[in-house]
Amino acid sequence: MLNIFCPHCGESRSEEEFHAAGQAHIPRPLDPNACTDQEWGDYLFFRDNPRGLHHELWIHAAGCRQYFNATRHTVSYQIHETYKIGERPSVTAKASIKSEPKPLAVDHQVAGAKA
Amino acid sequence: MQHYSGFGLFKHALSHNENWQRMWRNPTPKPVYDVVIVGGGGHGLATAYYLAKVHGITNVAVVEKGWLGGGNTARNTTIVRSNYLWDESAQIYEHAMKLWEGLSQDINYNVMYSPRGVFNLGHSLQDMRDIERRVSANRLNGIDGEVLNAKEVESMIPYMDCSKNTRYPVMGASLQRRGGVARHDAVAWGYARAADALGVDLIQQTEVTGFRKENGVVIGVETNRGFIGGKRVGVVTAGNSGHMAMLAGFRLPLESHPLQALVSEPIKPIIDSVIMSNAVHGYISQSDKGDLVIGAGIDGYNGYGQRGSYPTIEHTLQAIVELFPVLSRVRMNRQWGGIVDTSPDACPIISKTPVPNLFFNCGWGTGGFKATPGSGHVFAASLASGEMHALAKPFSMDRFYTGALIDEHGAAGVAH
Repeated sequence: MLNIFCPHCGESRSEEEFHAAGQAHIPRPLDPNACTDQEWGDYLFFRDNPRGLHHELWIHAAGCRQYFNATRHTVSYQIHETYKIGERPSVTAKASIKSEPKPLAVDHQVAGAKA
Repeated sequence: MQHYSGFGLFKHALSHNENWQRMWRNPTPKPVYDVVIVGGGGHGLATAYYLAKVHGITNVAVVEKGWLGGGNTARNTTIVRSNYLWDESAQIYEHAMKLWEGLSQDINYNVMYSPRGVFNLGHSLQDMRDIERRVSANRLNGIDGEVLNAKEVESMIPYMDCSKNTRYPVMGASLQRRGGVARHDAVAWGYARAADALGVDLIQQTEVTGFRKENGVVIGVETNRGFIGGKRVGVVTAGNSGHMAMLAGFRLPLESHPLQALVSEPIKPIIDSVIMSNAVHGYISQSDKGDLVIGAGIDGYNGYGQRGSYPTIEHTLQAIVELFPVLSRVRMNRQWGGIVDTSPDACPIISKTPVPNLFFNCGWGTGGFKATPGSGHVFAASLASGEMHALAKPFSMDRFYTGALIDEHGAAGVAH
């Protein structure tokens, strides 16, 4: 049973209150019409699937109903940190460098926070 | 290879069963093979067997990190069926089904394939419409299927709660009579033994740590026991495929999740078929030993831990007790998790990759066991010729760029 700290509610709650929503920090292409099929397919379907640290999106579905990010180890399931949308993880692994935004696009989570 | 037969059993009984041969050798890796297969589960071993038997390529190695058939092959709920909606998947699963029917004779190993019938229950009008559509599609593809109403279901599964008082009443079902179960371990062991007899090297406890490339073309695998050369390399590593792809330098549209199953204490025979429900989300059958074999959905988050979460167990058993209130006091004996590689359209990826001579067979997600013989058969043909088999072509990873997805999510009558 995972206990997950919701950064919006400020407390640890049982995993039953949450839904996992997949890999975090996926930059939405700024101009989808200008994407090649390859870029669009990568954006829609291709995911990092590391054995190790994974930055992922969760929603506190039966709580505050807000999204946040978590850095979790996919073998031990240990959650190293949770942080709000728009923030950057402080715990990273080598494998996660690949998921950094490409110059093609902007991470809408970060962009949204600035706006 | 020592041939197994009834007479052999008798003969060995006379010598107190002390003269049975080992099922396979434990060879030292050769420097180079025609084909190296990464992953010694059912699909990998089937691939090796058909490479040797159908294509005459016997200079083959199967490299396995742990022991043969110790991953998802040993962790599934052993269900075999081919009632998929779309033509592409129906054809590959039916190809597997036809091989299941003669498999024990083919590999001289009893895989205990038992066509006891698979029911997919409908609990709403929409479920019933979907069932009629799927059964019609199956029949057009030459796959047996019947639509049953609630009365017929009740008469065939007497212990199930088919009353109208339940939250999700049973309104009917589809039935594939050729579907059923097979003994999962026997499938791996049988393929391993038959492949070994044809000269395939089964190399266990050898972990692939990387792929060696020359001018961008793969020429073998790096392992914790040194380099093993391979003119072609086929990766069949289920839940670890994403990790393997990362080692090879590309990404796959896969996410690995834990999928749980449970078995109960052995009880008297009560369920003589396989019963699956998409809506209440559970499936159940009974093994020859008497254990109820139960499964349901994946845990929602990515994980490689080979264990599942308690909320998922609870959800699974709620579904089973909803269908079978009579089972509410049966105790569960064991519970385990396997790591399944789920793809966005719930269909496998049998494909060439961006690296020449490197092939992947993965993405079978929650339903790979039933496909074991067919998957191995078409992947062997693809590895032998270097071109994808006709049945495998629609499952290329290019489909995620062209948009030609095979959307079996929710369509296959399966609890994904």
